[in-house]
Amino acid sequence: MAVCIAVIAKENYPLYIRSVPTQNELKFHYTVHTSLDVVEEKISAVGKSLGDQRELYLGLLYPTEDYKVYGYVTNSKVKFVIVVDSSNTSLRDNEIRSMFRKLHNSFTDVMCNPFHNPGDSIQSKAFDGIVSGMMVQTG
Amino acid sequence: CDSLCPPLFIPGAGDQGLFTSLYTSLAQQLPREPMEWRRTYGRAPKMIHLEANFVQFKDELLPKEGNKALLTFPFLHIYWTDCCDTEVYKSTVKEDMMRWQNSLRTHGSADWVIIVVETNDTKKKNKTNILPRSSIVDKIRSDFCNKQNDRCVVLSDPLKDSSRSQESWNSLLLKLRTLLLMSFTKNLGRFEDDMRTLREKRTQPGWSFCEYFMVQEELAFVFEMLQQFEDALVQYDELDALFTQYVLNFGAGDTANWLGSFCAPVRSWSGLLLRRPIDMEKRDGIQRGEASLLDLRSYLFSRQCTLLIFLQRPWEVTQRALELLHNCVQELRLLEVSVLDGALDCWVFLSCLEVLHRIEGCCDQAQLAANCSHTVGLWAYATDKLKCLGELCGLVSEKGPTSEDLNRTVDLLAGLGDERPETVNSLQSPYKKLKEALSSVEAFERHYLELSHAAMEMYRAISRLRSARLVGKSLAEFYMRKGDPERAESFLQEALKSYVSEGWSLPVTHTRRQIAECQKLLGRTEDYLQTSALLAGDLNLTTEERKHFCQEILSFAGKTGDKSHKVSLSMSVFTQLTRLQFHPATASVHSGAILQVELTLRCLMPVSVRVQQLAASIHFDVDHGGTHGRSKGAQRQTNPGTVEFIQSSSSAGPPSSSNAGPSLELDEIQDRSPSDNSLNSTGVVCKNTHLVMRRHDSSSPPDTPNCVSPPTVTMKEGAQMLKVQDVTLEPGNNSITFTAPSGQPGTYTLRQLCATVGEVQFVLPHIYPSVQYEVYSQEPQLTVEPLSEPLLAGLPQMVKFTLLTGHYAVKKGDALQLSNTDTMPILPSSSCSARISSPTAELVGESVLSIQSSEKVTSISLPPTPPYHTLEFQLEVLCIIPSGSERFSLQMSIDCPWSIYSTLLALTFYIPFKTKHSLLSAGNRKYVQVCVQNVSDVNFTLAEVKLTEKQHASLELQSLNTKTQQLLCSKYSVFCLWEVRWKDDLPSCLQCVFSANFSPLNQDVSAFKPFHYQFQFERVTTLYSVRAEILPPTGEQHCRSGFLCGLEVCITRLTEPAEGELAEDSKTDTDGLKTTKLMYEVADSSSNWAVCGKSSGMVSMPMTANATHKVQIEVMPLFAGHLPFPKIKVLKYLPHTAAVAIQPDPDSCVENDSLSLLDKTLDDQADTASIRSRGSVHSVGSGDQQQKGVAMPRLEPFSPGQVFNHTQARQVLVLPSTDDHIMEVNAT
Repeated sequence: MAVCIAVIAKENYPLYIRSVPTQNELKFHYTVHTSLDVVEEKISAVGKSLGDQRELYLGLLYPTEDYKVYGYVTNSKVKFVIVVDSSNTSLRDNEIRSMFRKLHNSFTDVMCNPFHNPGDSIQSKAFDGIVSGMMVQTG
Repeated sequence: CDSLCPPLFIPGAGDQGLFTSLYTSLAQQLPREPMEWRRTYGRAPKMIHLEANFVQFKDELLPKEGNKALLTFPFLHIYWTDCCDTEVYKSTVKEDMMRWQNSLRTHGSADWVIIVVETNDTKKKNKTNILPRSSIVDKIRSDFCNKQNDRCVVLSDPLKDSSRSQESWNSLLLKLRTLLLMSFTKNLGRFEDDMRTLREKRTQPGWSFCEYFMVQEELAFVFEMLQQFEDALVQYDELDALFTQYVLNFGAGDTANWLGSFCAPVRSWSGLLLRRPIDMEKRDGIQRGEASLLDLRSYLFSRQCTLLIFLQRPWEVTQRALELLHNCVQELRLLEVSVLDGALDCWVFLSCLEVLHRIEGCCDQAQLAANCSHTVGLWAYATDKLKCLGELCGLVSEKGPTSEDLNRTVDLLAGLGDERPETVNSLQSPYKKLKEALSSVEAFERHYLELSHAAMEMYRAISRLRSARLVGKSLAEFYMRKGDPERAESFLQEALKSYVSEGWSLPVTHTRRQIAECQKLLGRTEDYLQTSALLAGDLNLTTEERKHFCQEILSFAGKTGDKSHKVSLSMSVFTQLTRLQFHPATASVHSGAILQVELTLRCLMPVSVRVQQLAASIHFDVDHGGTHGRSKGAQRQTNPGTVEFIQSSSSAGPPSSSNAGPSLELDEIQDRSPSDNSLNSTGVVCKNTHLVMRRHDSSSPPDTPNCVSPPTVTMKEGAQMLKVQDVTLEPGNNSITFTAPSGQPGTYTLRQLCATVGEVQFVLPHIYPSVQYEVYSQEPQLTVEPLSEPLLAGLPQMVKFTLLTGHYAVKKGDALQLSNTDTMPILPSSSCSARISSPTAELVGESVLSIQSSEKVTSISLPPTPPYHTLEFQLEVLCIIPSGSERFSLQMSIDCPWSIYSTLLALTFYIPFKTKHSLLSAGNRKYVQVCVQNVSDVNFTLAEVKLTEKQHASLELQSLNTKTQQLLCSKYSVFCLWEVRWKDDLPSCLQCVFSANFSPLNQDVSAFKPFHYQFQFERVTTLYSVRAEILPPTGEQHCRSGFLCGLEVCITRLTEPAEGELAEDSKTDTDGLKTTKLMYEVADSSSNWAVCGKSSGMVSMPMTANATHKVQIEVMPLFAGHLPFPKIKVLKYLPHTAAVAIQPDPDSCVENDSLSLLDKTLDDQADTASIRSRGSVHSVGSGDQQQKGVAMPRLEPFSPGQVFNHTQARQVLVLPSTDDHIMEVNAT
């Protein structure tokens, strides 16, 4: 499962970022931030070729020795990034897709909350729960 | 085609001499024409060129059972013969062929062909034996080609250049190709089936991947030979996937025995080798089952790389390379293969560079530049690995490598082995680079910088700026370890800028801490303190760390240095101004009053900080405008007197607010003309355009104080300041109260805020949104207003005096002097008290006023009142009701102690009643009616209603009013009536006075006030009586609608002419008899009657009593029912005469009046158009309108009472015209 899940606003600041194990948090922040480069590249490449018929799932953004970084972008340009441990080879592309879909659904629920101020960081327990379900539970 | 591609294998048997002589041209000509290759398993057919190797037939060549070699497989066996002699054939050749065939059959090979070469020479030689039916060919066919005639081919004159020869060559080639392809397809299919079977056995013990590898690679080789690179690549990809799956299964606990060899410790890490098409060395290793995982992977990738480059897909190579390298590292970890520390780094580093070299070798510079995005990953990876190696081998530290490091380096270099022969001569081989980099600190630095910069450049080129900055940051870390903070800082600052602008708090904190370290090393105190302040308030750090940075500041502040060296820092990192509150909330006080300003400061420090002085500088503007009341739109006030400062959150929070830009600050403007203060235009202005319209892209967000360098903040020395000494700011919100100076009137704007902690000053350069307060000075103001609206005349009324003292302090003995007027005396009152209230409307005191009235002046002594207080008292005044208008103003003149000028104040009074009078007649008798209407809101009692005549004593006015007191409610009227009685003559003019007493309802008798009303009647006497009679048509009893009937008007003179009347009217006399001319007019305004014929006419009345004049007029009722009589008007007719013109008019207005009256009658006629339209009216005045203004005949109405109409309001019954007429009934 995922080791880091991040939601990044249209303006590229983090709305939500959580990672396990926590001592590596900083590294994941750097990783996720850097992955925005590829996200932007992919968005602009897709934008040119397909117009509005856009696939939200961006696929593998870039692999590193230890992690694989996957990206997803909503129509409102909110980005989801999931970092998976490279050693976790059993994870299929389809599973990543469904994780993103779940994340997107939960994010939509958060946005539907009338008390949530769009642009604020996400502090929803339900969202937290969904994310936790996707993360590796390390003792 | 690559020369190393092994062609298909064709052994030849039979005549060796012949075979060798033809072999060259066959080998050349065979691949010339493509053949369509139909394939099994639904794969698409392809055109391929067949190539063949011709070898001499040997028994050993025939494949043995279980041989998997495809490359050396004999696909087609050829027997060559040029035998043309039957005898020879029978004796030797046939036998040889039999042997050949038997040998083939035993090995199960059915792919053969016999070629008979015919030459003319041989033909000639054997002429005798040539039999058409029994040629050698036929014999061979009958002997061997059992129903397979195509297995025997004739080649004619192969060495001659004739058309016949060419033709036979072509057919031979075609035949060979067909047979070859057939055999190839068959054998390949068989091979593939075998291979699959072998693969299916992979779960059985003893199965070896390496063996299988060799088999499938054979297939790949064949495809490659046929130039089917795609198919070849598929074979390798399948092998790759298969191997990967095994490794994954191993990870899942499913171990295959053969994997053991791959788990052996890694001994060589020489990197990929992509310069050879086939690395036979590694291949042999695999074949022998001795290859390590890295060997296998390297070999597999080198083959894939070769094929991809054939396919012209170099960018796939780079992508796959990166995947491979990551994957290998993972696999080794998964298989728990023991590797020397750093060995993998070496391998990866060498491999990255090798791949890049290989790609550079097959692409030109422009292509490379355009495809940076594909190669940059490898560059960055190599950089990363080199850095790891450098750290491992002690090449990054300041001191250089230790002996332990050196040992490690030697071990690592040993694993590289010798340089490969391909690159020995190149100067820049990856091998040489690595060796050199690890050899010395300087060389390492050079190589590392070179790589880093290359990677950064590429990232920038493809605008992956974040990645570039991350490489930069890693470079900065390198510099820091090298002890070069100066270079490190610029990279860190750049990275920080990016993190701050995108609001990534954790990286911001981390980078900032590194910067702090840099700055400390560089000795840049001010910057360091600024960064420390930021870090001390950073919630991402632990409390311990924050305290440390806070202590750094405090210890610097505690140092007693020279005074000139004070350090100014931005306040926003130390403490944030969150709210400012004014007491009083209006933020507007009169000069000298106390105004307090309460600041709420959120201290961001982890510990409490003692601030020696907290000061806010003030900008003072002398207020030239009005005294006060100016709108304070500058402050976005949610509740009055409070300004909330919106913080763009913490320094590293989401920059949403800063991205959205500042909100608009709008203010209303009004442009008034300077002369009369009238409004010319009004509009809305945006006050902070400079902030709103600012370009957003290039500017850094506002709250990044030490992004590059802290802004130079200096405290401007203002003349006035708000100051507090010695405050301790606790972490969190602190409330600090200042007392604001309020000496001079004007506007005070708070500009800057400065907190001094020892040697450190925290300065907030601009307080924004701007905060200001006003101090005003006011002139004393006296107003008088009614206690209740409206003020009624005739009754005692209370008026309220309000004195706003302004800057004037009322002293003891100060008095207001009111000039007395007759119309409005001030009623002395015993208990008149004054209330004094403060500016906040609190009652301060109450005291009794002493009022002294003299003849001319009423003096009111005021109690002492402080400035800016309000003094209020009430006085009772009475306004005498004057005659005339219902509303009037009275001016009061008051002398005030603070001014040499008198203050003039006006009060408006209303008369409570509206009175109307009228004269009523009944024949000769006269009545006077007075109507009193109460227009006020008060109910009154009316008493002692009286009417008197002033001039004629003989006249008696008999009251017909029954009540002595009468209620007169608000908005109601009371009518009073008197009959006029006289003895001799009724005077033509009556001067009457109506008087009554009134008081508000339910008040005692003393409260009654008199009310008088004077009026006058003229020409009171009744001169004429008018009677009218309606006569039904003759023979009828009643009138019928639609039938003409007669109207008889009888005008009778009642009195002898009075003197005045004679003088006035007898001038019209024409024949000696005194007559006067009257005009009558029958008009029916309600359209009940149609007047037929003349409706008006002139009569001459003798001026004697009882003179009568009768007029007959025909009228027709238009409706049935009781119809009122038509109206009959009688007017004075003054004909146009010289006498009138000469006679000076007693009142010139009369003529005008009557003229207008004439006009009026004409208008009336226009109103009664229904009559005129029937053609009966011939108006007197019609046609004369244009001569208006010239002396001309005119009409003058009689005064009311001069003509008495007997038939007023009489009705006559009119029957319907016929009985059967339709009646319309509308019911709703």
